[in-house]
Amino acid sequence: MVDVTVSVVQFGGSNCDRDAVRALSYLGVEAERVWHEDGLPEDTDGIVLPGGFSYGDYLRAGAMAARAPVMNEVRAAADRGVPVLGVCNGAQIGSESGLTPGAFTTNASARFQCEPVFLRVERADTPWTAAYDEGEVIEVPIAHGEGRFEIDDEAYEDLVDDDRILFRYCDAEGAVTDAANPNGSTGNVAGVLGERETVAVLMPHPERATLPDVATSTDGAGVLHAFR
Amino acid sequence: MTAYTATVTVRLKRGVLDPEAETTRQALERLGFDLDGLRSADRFEVDLDAPDADEAAARADEMAERLLANPTIHDYEVAVAER
Repeated sequence: MVDVTVSVVQFGGSNCDRDAVRALSYLGVEAERVWHEDGLPEDTDGIVLPGGFSYGDYLRAGAMAARAPVMNEVRAAADRGVPVLGVCNGAQIGSESGLTPGAFTTNASARFQCEPVFLRVERADTPWTAAYDEGEVIEVPIAHGEGRFEIDDEAYEDLVDDDRILFRYCDAEGAVTDAANPNGSTGNVAGVLGERETVAVLMPHPERATLPDVATSTDGAGVLHAFR
Repeated sequence: MTAYTATVTVRLKRGVLDPEAETTRQALERLGFDLDGLRSADRFEVDLDAPDADEAAARADEMAERLLANPTIHDYEVAVAER
């Protein structure tokens, strides 16, 4: 195992930063919370944009944090190949900042949804999914009001052609259906890659499905293995 | 320099689901109103000084491009008036 220090970037209103640090530490990954105004430490070789409600979700979820100065550092690190993971609000920040394609907006239900969901692993040859098999079904919780993945038709086709969809919402058997789509996401998309495979965002919370005895599953740990 | 108010209206692109508007429509119907549809939009009124209206509009346009709207889901329009 290499020595990796993951910076978990904390914005005002982030609330999954401690969970991310704890889950990573459990997996043997050195991780620390970094206040966004302090900038990224020099030894950062992994970045988590954690969940929460940065800036109170004002304007649009993630819109303000995406334009915070630290995101220039995050983008520069991503361009150097440093792994960057955005979870939930972090996914919204990632898409708002242009790190990943599409947008996450109001759930079709117009409700905040906090529940376990099943995800089908669309690719197993990325750092985020190497722990799984392609087509494997994993159980990870969601907790969001604005998680509906929206993207125009042409850009969606590009996503599919470029194989940049990581996870889709599915049922327990792995069938990608409308009934298994918790928020009305285009193509049941739950997580996508950026231009580099080392950049990923997803609405479900892998850090809430890592520690034993916390959630109903520990399936999320595989995503965090990317930082090991 | 002239004082302007630039009004930026940001709305969802046609065809993008608007659950908040749908919920609002249902609430209006529960109150007994008869309506065929409802769309919602965000409106920002930006007070600024600029040499002319075109310059004021250009600055408001850039604000919309860089923050107020998300081009993936939104269209926007800018209207400028002297204040």
